Amino acid sequence: MSTTSTTSGTSPASPGTSASAAPAPRPNALSLSRTTATATRVLRQLRHDPRTIALMILIPCVMLFLLRYVFDGSPATFDSIGASLLGIFPLITMFLVTSIATLRERTSGTLERLLAMPLGKGDLIAGYALAFGALAIVQSALATGLAVWFLGLDVTGSPWLLLLVALLDALLGTALGLFVSAFASSEFQAVQFMPAVIFPQLLLCGLFTPRPNMHPVLEAISDVLPMSYAVDGMNEVLKHTDMTADFVRDAVVVAGCALLVLTLGAATLRRRTV
Amino acid sequence: MMIIRSRPPDPSDPSTPIDQPAVRAQELTVVRGTRTVLRGLEFAVPRGQITGLLGPSGCGKSTLMRSIVGTQAKVTGTLDVLGRPAGDPALRSRIGYVTQAPSVYDDLTVRQNLDYFAAILDPGRAAAERRRADVTQAIADVDLTSHADALAGNLSGGQRSRVSLAVALLGTPELLVLDEPTVGLDPVLRRDLWNLFHTIAAERNATLLVSSHVMDEAERCHRLLLMREGRILADDTPDALRARFDSDTVEAAFLRLVDEATAAGNQPAKDAERAPDTKPAKDAKSAPDDETATGGASAAGDGQGTDPRTGDPTRKETAR
Repeated sequence: MSTTSTTSGTSPASPGTSASAAPAPRPNALSLSRTTATATRVLRQLRHDPRTIALMILIPCVMLFLLRYVFDGSPATFDSIGASLLGIFPLITMFLVTSIATLRERTSGTLERLLAMPLGKGDLIAGYALAFGALAIVQSALATGLAVWFLGLDVTGSPWLLLLVALLDALLGTALGLFVSAFASSEFQAVQFMPAVIFPQLLLCGLFTPRPNMHPVLEAISDVLPMSYAVDGMNEVLKHTDMTADFVRDAVVVAGCALLVLTLGAATLRRRTV
Repeated sequence: MMIIRSRPPDPSDPSTPIDQPAVRAQELTVVRGTRTVLRGLEFAVPRGQITGLLGPSGCGKSTLMRSIVGTQAKVTGTLDVLGRPAGDPALRSRIGYVTQAPSVYDDLTVRQNLDYFAAILDPGRAAAERRRADVTQAIADVDLTSHADALAGNLSGGQRSRVSLAVALLGTPELLVLDEPTVGLDPVLRRDLWNLFHTIAAERNATLLVSSHVMDEAERCHRLLLMREGRILADDTPDALRARFDSDTVEAAFLRLVDEATAAGNQPAKDAERAPDTKPAKDAKSAPDDETATGGASAAGDGQGTDPRTGDPTRKETAR
């Protein structure tokens, strides 16, 4: 009885008892049906909250509308800022929605329950990304359509590329929200992370002034912030008919950041907690 | 070597020693922050029975349950659950767990909640029919059929905790770990749930570990683990406990145990080892050796039915 082993993590089985059990199938790291079940569940939750959906979808449109007439005298400014905002809106909304949704999941005990079940962390995160990604497509499609066809946003490239960048931004927002929710213990804290994580990027992303005009230190910082690439990508589409190499680089950087932060977010989901 | 007969053992036959226990702990210690919450626990939870985990609030019941389910960090010692180390991925579909606060999605209906958790336990389109039946059964088990399409957030506290319980019933788990499932429920519902627990233990041969800080629920369990301040004071049947202290209720026996522990010069370490009478521990340890020998006896004992022990608490209930 002096055999002392630790049960945490994947420690070896204690002698005797475990050898007798038949090898049971291990749950897969990523299961398609569990992922889609999670995405369906998240969308069902949202459907019971129509006001949130309405706010998510309408606010970007209202903002663009407002912006169009704020810059009534200088359509070129509207083109540049409007295109940038098409990339920034999905990032901000998805950041907020995801950080609150996962925080709720953590505090309501459902996360503990799910992680005590055969659900992979990847399934959960991919499920969230899928559900919010779908919502982001609707949001971005409406905002892009409104800007391009009704507000006269002058895009040289294909609006589809705008939509692509918007979707990648939404994924990045989902990833950041998920990651940040691990460090918030209440909704109050989660909301405060928005100014902390999003506002600096907003100031440095080139929305207010072109990045090369900034102080060199700030420009260097902006070079490592993902939102800068989101805005750059949007502006590439705005100015060029073809998919430029810069556009591809921007899209890859945003997608890469989203994946990286999603992985970090997965690491913050612990099956065993104190 | 260990498992020679098919799994369902017959726990209701008192003449056969307990089969390989559902949960076995040795030197189980849990530290939370700077506090040692569980101190070197040794116990075994027999299969196919209802074991009550009783003790005052804050004595470590929930931590012990979380350790068994595999969600507690900083667990040292040996803790085997259904023949595997606690927290083993293969156990995740074999254990049903109900946390103290109902853990369900308030913005989903009862059925949508269960649909989702069922899809996690039993995924795939091929299983859709089976899942639907399972969900309907679980909702009926907790008597929420009439509320199946109500939002969980709009239900009363007791109803929400029953939704949480229904989730744990999905997929017919072999071990149900229920953290205070009856707290705040009215007496009729409490009786119904305890009847349900007994049905589950008897018909599905599941093991139930049910915690409570209400001592009168102790009478409804087959076995009891009495806890206090991170230690196990007693591990016995309710009858044996009452007999040991010649008391009418388990509550009185518990109080005597606590007094004894205090009288022993605040040396709970010694008491924890002495108090359980060392009998249950011996049972657990000797069980694997006896298994081959008692295999036949247990199979023969099957015919005796499940009455003697499962029936007992229910009878008491109706007598009241």
